[in-house]
Amino acid sequence: MSAAPGTKPAGAAADGAHATEAVLSVFRGDATGGAEVEYKVPVEPGMVVLDAVHWIQAHQAPDLAVRWNCKAAKCGSCSAEVNGKPALMCKSRMDHFPPGKPISVRPMKTFPVIRDLVTDVSWNYEINKRIRPFSPRPGAQWRWQQHDIDRAQEFRKCIECFLCQNVCHVLRTHELKHQFAGPRFFVRIAGLEMHPIDGADRTLDLRDQSGIGLCNITKCCTEVCPEQITITDNAIIPLKERVVDRFYDPVMKLWRMVTGKE
Amino acid sequence: MTERYEVHEHDVLVIGAGGAGLRAAIEASAQKASVGLVTKSLLGKAHTVMAEGGIAAALAHVDPQDGWETHFQDTMKGGSFLNHWRMAQIHAQEAPDRVRELEEWGALFDRTADGRILQRAFGGHKWKRLAHVGDRTGLEMIRTLQDRGVHMGLEVYMECTVTRLFLDGGRIAGAIAYWRESGKLVVFRAPAVVIATGGVGKAYKVTSNSWEYTADGQALAFEAGAELIDMEFVQFHPTGMVWPPGVMGLLVTEGVRGEGGILRNAKGERFMWKYLPEARRNEYAASEEEARRWLDASVAGKQTDARRPPELSTRDNVSRAIYTEVKEGRGSPHGGAFLDISYLPAERVMKKLPSMYHQFLELADVDITKQPMEVGPTTHYIMGGVRVNPDTAAATVPGLFAAGEAAAGLHGANRLGGNSLSDLVVFGRRAGEAAAAYARGLGGNRPRIAEAEIEAEARDLAAPFERAGGESPYDVHHALQQCMNDLVGIYRTEKELERAIEELAKLKARAAKVRIVGTRIYNPGWHLCRDLRNMILIAEAITRSALLRKESRGAHSRLDYTNPDAALGKVNHCCVRAGETMRVSATPLPEMPAELKRLFEAAPQPVGAKA
Repeated sequence: MSAAPGTKPAGAAADGAHATEAVLSVFRGDATGGAEVEYKVPVEPGMVVLDAVHWIQAHQAPDLAVRWNCKAAKCGSCSAEVNGKPALMCKSRMDHFPPGKPISVRPMKTFPVIRDLVTDVSWNYEINKRIRPFSPRPGAQWRWQQHDIDRAQEFRKCIECFLCQNVCHVLRTHELKHQFAGPRFFVRIAGLEMHPIDGADRTLDLRDQSGIGLCNITKCCTEVCPEQITITDNAIIPLKERVVDRFYDPVMKLWRMVTGKE
Repeated sequence: MTERYEVHEHDVLVIGAGGAGLRAAIEASAQKASVGLVTKSLLGKAHTVMAEGGIAAALAHVDPQDGWETHFQDTMKGGSFLNHWRMAQIHAQEAPDRVRELEEWGALFDRTADGRILQRAFGGHKWKRLAHVGDRTGLEMIRTLQDRGVHMGLEVYMECTVTRLFLDGGRIAGAIAYWRESGKLVVFRAPAVVIATGGVGKAYKVTSNSWEYTADGQALAFEAGAELIDMEFVQFHPTGMVWPPGVMGLLVTEGVRGEGGILRNAKGERFMWKYLPEARRNEYAASEEEARRWLDASVAGKQTDARRPPELSTRDNVSRAIYTEVKEGRGSPHGGAFLDISYLPAERVMKKLPSMYHQFLELADVDITKQPMEVGPTTHYIMGGVRVNPDTAAATVPGLFAAGEAAAGLHGANRLGGNSLSDLVVFGRRAGEAAAAYARGLGGNRPRIAEAEIEAEARDLAAPFERAGGESPYDVHHALQQCMNDLVGIYRTEKELERAIEELAKLKARAAKVRIVGTRIYNPGWHLCRDLRNMILIAEAITRSALLRKESRGAHSRLDYTNPDAALGKVNHCCVRAGETMRVSATPLPEMPAELKRLFEAAPQPVGAKA
């Protein structure tokens, strides 16, 4: 959501060159329904949407529910849909939106609303419990080169903002939460699978429990990731390949039958 | 009026799910205790996630000369010898094992050329000592601990805020909390409670801390009768963002300086040389040339006889330096100092400091590979907290334990960067182990919670909804933050501290009358009503302790007493509840045994150790 390097409007950060007031149209409501309510907010240079939400709490609606922690894009708590785009509110600069138009702020659509901008993301924590944990191979050497772990470290940058889960159409449109773990957990599994000395086998889990076959690689998750993790290309596709090699490749099947090796 | 509530029973209740709380819960669980882990946030969002630079442990992978003795010496010197020697010793001795344990649980630290855990330089550490993952070490740590805990089957109560501890005959009997989501009450019956709630930064206006840092654990412990010590020692991290206003205070990792970041004032002067304490000057490079040689060797992963750059002085010292430069008119355009890493190859900056790169680019329109950053001091950490037994992390109330930032003793008057993450796992583990043993030792003789106390707390929590008048808790909070920023900041005076005491009394009265609208379902204003009480209480402890310390030592700088006082170097200030008031007194600092004292004899004594 927050503009990529080089795409900022010219002069966006120049001191004083900013709108003095903005209107935030914030969803107020709960599981039973609700509507957007408009709030006028004074704008300071460099202000982000989360600052504006805090200003509303402090001055107009003390009970406005929002989840946040670090305000530094490190914790992944303040995910929402800003002007229809899933984003971290702490990274959404007010001066990147067209001046004079209300900025809409709504909760993530894929998860049930608890209240206002806060959604029930507990399903993610249940999925996480099912993942086979890190299992070092017995007798493995605990030495490896930096290049051996660059890829796994990329996956471990995930801050669990669940924006990828939110935009994934398998979850968002088709609501297949019971069959599909979602990009966040493919990233986690990829981090474990590509750990230099992990010895667990998660291929069957990927096919059956996590439903990786349902992903048809539209890359929405990769686009939305605030940590710039290349989710589809680096995590999901290699995992899909493992599943295919194991269960659907006739040559590999024959090889296993003949040699008895995995 | 009896409000309905749910009840859970555990041997050990851990409050807080950052590094210390998770490590305590993992250990207590490994000891077969039934453990409840309560967190105000979602799991994995605690403040540990924001730690950037690394975890200090004398693994000696990069500098083979390192060892626990040197780490111990650095910690004691950095803390101006007000640390509890035994905590500093345990910490230095056990940190390497705790780091290796994280690796065994799946953490992936950056590597040396020979494939071991890489270590970087940090302020106040003689050798390169911080195991790290770029500039997101805390995330790696919390995720590793979180997944370890999840797969052990820990029972986690997410978005649940504890508001009071219960006692029975002076022993811990349990706690009461509310679910943030529903506002409903939960009672925990538990004979052992571990406080791992982190810090107090939200009492200040400019802070690197998240909303959670509202002094909950310190206040819960104080109200239960536990002793708090060293509360005057609040760490102002030298490098917070100063611009734009929305991100003021946001942390800029010390890793920037560890990787070669240079501090300059508006005149382009590299000012840190001016501010090195004389007693430690010989530990730092004497010239630009020597600092550069140190850096080149560091980048190449080679040994060198060059000493480290002056920017790697301790945090208290660097904060005062930047503050002074700004005050004397040599500040950057937005009232800070320039921190420059742009002279290094862009590729290296992006590899070693990726989140700093994005943070500045996206929030301040500054490309740190091309331009210097503007930085200034920000409230970051409190060295003081619950007084604990160094070996068991037991507080002075039976059944109560504390670890991490909420506990005191390890860091003395000033914490070294990187010693916090190691603190979490070293003492988190010890707290979990001791809490489980304590609960086991009680057998069937378990304390009970009195129904009347539950009802009293339920009434208290409901009160802000029932008041007819009263102001918004946000107004009182902002007034508190302004008061602490203006009157109990980096430099303190008797007059200002006394004014702060008066202000805090008024704020306390205002906080008792705040009113809130809406329902109990995920109502942040209501949550703040309770947090506010904790912050004001602990702000009072900070201010009263600061008043009593008529000297300058570590992070506590008095304009009216600019030198250390030898007599005050032998005492901790201790806050304890006396009815409805706070009693603050000096208690003797435990004396270091002779064999450890000997470690300091060869080297010159740092400023503040002996006046």
